[in-house]
Amino acid sequence: MSSEVHLLRTENLSHRVDGTSLVDRVSVEIPAGDVVAVVGPSGPGKSSFLRLLNRLDEPTGGMVFLEGVDYREIPPQELRRRVGMVMQSPYLFPGTVADNLRFGPRQRGKDLSREDIEQLLARVNLSGYADRDVGKLSGGEAQRVSLARTLANEPEILLLDEPTSSLDENTQQDVEQLICDIIRDGGLTALIVTHDKDQARRVAQQAMVMESGRMVDLGPVKEVLGV
Amino acid sequence: MFDQFFQEPRILGIVQAAVAAALALGVVILARYREIHVEKDAAIALVRGAVQVVAVGSVLLLLLQGPQWLGILTLLAMMVAAATIAARRAKGLPNAFWVSLLGIGFGAGLVIVSMTWLGVIDAALNSLIPVGSMLIANAMNSSALALDRFRGEVESHVGQIEAALALGAEPKNTVTPYVQAAVQSSLIPRIDSLRSLGIVWIPGLMAGMVLSGEDPVYAAIYQFVVIAMIFAAAGLTSVVSTLLIRSQAFSPVQQLRLRPGLGE
Repeated sequence: MSSEVHLLRTENLSHRVDGTSLVDRVSVEIPAGDVVAVVGPSGPGKSSFLRLLNRLDEPTGGMVFLEGVDYREIPPQELRRRVGMVMQSPYLFPGTVADNLRFGPRQRGKDLSREDIEQLLARVNLSGYADRDVGKLSGGEAQRVSLARTLANEPEILLLDEPTSSLDENTQQDVEQLICDIIRDGGLTALIVTHDKDQARRVAQQAMVMESGRMVDLGPVKEVLGV
Repeated sequence: MFDQFFQEPRILGIVQAAVAAALALGVVILARYREIHVEKDAAIALVRGAVQVVAVGSVLLLLLQGPQWLGILTLLAMMVAAATIAARRAKGLPNAFWVSLLGIGFGAGLVIVSMTWLGVIDAALNSLIPVGSMLIANAMNSSALALDRFRGEVESHVGQIEAALALGAEPKNTVTPYVQAAVQSSLIPRIDSLRSLGIVWIPGLMAGMVLSGEDPVYAAIYQFVVIAMIFAAAGLTSVVSTLLIRSQAFSPVQQLRLRPGLGE
């Protein structure tokens, strides 16, 4: 094991539900600034792994360390702010785009200014959308708002759970490009779950292959997935 | 007509019950001609209903002649039974029995104690037990409806709730709209009862008081008093039950427990 303190490290991380192993002894070290694609066939594992990192589910075994600290010592609300998660569906809250962007910071008593909101919307190419009702957004626009809503919390790590899988092909490319730009410009550390190996090659530098809850390969994306 | 031939009230009651049962069986026979077969179910239900209600009447007879503490014990037993029934409706919710018991105990219990202390409910057992049982039964329905609705709302909004948790929200803030919906929907029958009182239906208590020779205006006012107490007990029960189940819906480390199925 490296003596370097990684931003995120898991040690034999496991999650079993009713005798079924969804995540099976996954040990991985993710340095700051790395973008890791979590790839593999359909089935339990990849999304379950991300849910454990955000602590939406409780590990049944193993450990997670955030900057060397056991994440069970970090209050769940603080942990979830630092390890932001964008889900497969946007799950926007009723109201305006601005209401959704204010939600996260407001949980810790911070009120975003109009300028903050416009800056966030500019990052996801939705300038001028602040007062739009979320019910009137297209799928792609909704997913961008979901991304901006997570970014509003200024996370240290971004977890993206198949963020483009529910979108049509053209919108998928737009949102994927946007994710690449945001990660690159912000120097963010990110884990992105995807079924699409081409997407993994375009977005990530590292690839982690999971099958039936087990990590079967990890390394530079071109070595693991081929060119 | 029968009261001319049968002076003894219990014999008269048995004759009246036999006539009513014959009428019900007549309907069953009529249904049979239309190829609707409910003979077995109807026969069992009629016999069962008759036995149960006579048994309850006999128990009530003993209770009403018993000491005051027996009445209190009876109401407590009714609350436990009501919580058991309400918890069945809330199957799958953690600690549903205790949540229902505390909800019903607080909602119905507070109304019974305070109204008896104020003299609105007569402390005599022949008033305390029937009125108390009405409050408990309605509190039970409210608790069951509120818990069932809460579970339905949470299970159909898992994505939104977990999205809010993932953004660092406190669990109680993620389910506020579903708590409100659960309380409101559980009170709809009680609000409708108040609205339709005297217009669509004359409730059993008022009908009973009038039949036993009470002044109809006093009977009507007392019926309103009881319906208002039922509303208060049901409302308090719904609020307490949903607030308690809200905390049970999440683990100590703020994870949603009510998540149907497994995600990928």
